[in-house]
Amino acid sequence: MAQTKRELLVDPLFDNNPITLQVLGVCSALAVTSSLKVAFVMSLAVIFVTSFSSMFISILRNQIPSSIRIIVQMVIIASLVILVDQILKAYAFEISKTLSVFVGLIITNCIVMGRAEAFAMSNPPVASFLDGIGNGLGYGVILMIVGVIRELFGSGSLFGITILETVNNGGWYVPNGMLLLPPSAFFIIGLLIWGFRTLKPEHVEARDFKIQTVEEH
Amino acid sequence: MGLRSFFDRIEPNFTKGGKFEKLFPVYEMVESFLYTPKAVTSVAPHARSYVDMKRIMTYVVIATIPSILWGMINTGFQANSALAMMGDAIGTGAATGWRIAILDLFGISLDPASYFGNFAHGFLYFLPIYLTTLVVGGIWEVIFATVRGHEVNEGFLVTSMLYTLILPASAPLWQVALGISFGVVIGKEVFGGTGKNFLNPALVGRAFLYFAYPASMSGDAVWTPVDGFSGATALGVSAAEGVQALAGRGITWMDAFLGTIQGSFGETSTLAIALGLVFLLVTKIANWRLIVGCMAGMMAFSGLLNLIGSDTNPMFAMPWYWHLVLGGYAFGLVFMVTEPVSASHTNTGRYIYGALIGVMVVLIRVVNPAFPEGMMLAILFGNVFAPLIDHFVVQANIKRRARRHV
Repeated sequence: MAQTKRELLVDPLFDNNPITLQVLGVCSALAVTSSLKVAFVMSLAVIFVTSFSSMFISILRNQIPSSIRIIVQMVIIASLVILVDQILKAYAFEISKTLSVFVGLIITNCIVMGRAEAFAMSNPPVASFLDGIGNGLGYGVILMIVGVIRELFGSGSLFGITILETVNNGGWYVPNGMLLLPPSAFFIIGLLIWGFRTLKPEHVEARDFKIQTVEEH
Repeated sequence: MGLRSFFDRIEPNFTKGGKFEKLFPVYEMVESFLYTPKAVTSVAPHARSYVDMKRIMTYVVIATIPSILWGMINTGFQANSALAMMGDAIGTGAATGWRIAILDLFGISLDPASYFGNFAHGFLYFLPIYLTTLVVGGIWEVIFATVRGHEVNEGFLVTSMLYTLILPASAPLWQVALGISFGVVIGKEVFGGTGKNFLNPALVGRAFLYFAYPASMSGDAVWTPVDGFSGATALGVSAAEGVQALAGRGITWMDAFLGTIQGSFGETSTLAIALGLVFLLVTKIANWRLIVGCMAGMMAFSGLLNLIGSDTNPMFAMPWYWHLVLGGYAFGLVFMVTEPVSASHTNTGRYIYGALIGVMVVLIRVVNPAFPEGMMLAILFGNVFAPLIDHFVVQANIKRRARRHV
């Protein structure tokens, strides 16, 4: 095995984060991060789906014909997503309503498909399972960071518990309405990527073009 | 000359190897603000022109002067009128606050008929907002200039002035600071600084505030900075009740043209803005094609909507000459659409770019009741499309020339 188990779990958190480095799964990160609770449930769902789909696909990897592998992968992923959806509807109906289509859309989340194609198809089940958890966690970490920023400054609370008393409730904090709109997650994720790249210059890819400079006199 | 020799004496400290090497951009900023920039093009081939970036930026600031002056007078006039209407004068109670205290100290009257009184009162609203913008935005500029090793240039003077002029007088200072931070960092510096910004930084800051704090950026209560006084902008009134309703409120077209209506600092007086436009056109800072395109787009599209008509939406019936004088259209047209960096760079593209904004502003104003003021969004929309327009114009030209040489 090329990577140790620890690396499989920890690498995707920051060094090879699916959102900030591979820029996958951004769509749902925009949609579900306006409240931390929803973002947390979404992260759990994605961790579950990514890890188990990777594991099952890895178990079947030698039996899957290459020409129809995407279809087989989709069947496995879709079954898991339906499972998650039903569990949420049964035990957390309110959150399932807020998440609405986004649970179903985990099927199309590039992180799940990406790990299945790139890792699970060529690695043993345990490693694939850990890799799935690692990438799900990497997704979850970013969702949590974005969720904390958006909920704290957008509505003055964390997990629905008021931290900054807003003006409307007689407090001092004027909530930033833009943070409740999906585009704000774009700015936050963009700034996060900027921060990651500043801290780890090896993330920055080579330039396609070099800007020519005129000789200094 | 004393100052010059002072600069020459301290300069070695800031150049490479000097004690304050890192602070060179700050030194350079102060020095080139006071004197001609030392670095001029030195490699052939090049055309020499007296119009450098410093001069362009300074000219734009000069062109805003009529709007600034009128903005102060009108803000004071609106505040004083509101106070007079509410039955307050100095010493009678509700008219309090540090501005009133200062005016009182110098014995300046709060009579709305006195131009100087209005000017002084408006000045006390304008100055804190402008200073906040300069200081906070300036700090960001210096941080980025120091880290990235480029200079702080006069572009920021323009950005800060335009930004101040499109804010309502009652904007809280901390929001002003947040907005300009967002505008300078996200609107400009992340793309590489002045000349590489594809959006107008002042508008980016304003748009941030508009979406983040809608309560203090639009609505009836924000335009006149007197507590407890609310008055809709003329554009807001016509959006709700139709342009005829303005007459009922005592607002004629002439009032809107001269600018004795409510609104952001710089946008109320179309006359003052027109003076700035003349200056910009004479000095060739503003490209007339952009103005023509934007006017044509606005007139054509509002004319079309007039013809279509609507029973439920009174804005359909608003004629073009009202669109021109209400809201931020005129200010945006003269100072934002013409910004050379974020506009299209080809001549044909300029017509299209202008027309696109002209159509969009009418479309947003008329069709989307959530945004009575469409100019800000229309220009940002145009900014985003400018490179695409240029691309097609260039491609069309290549095709045309290729056809000539079969």
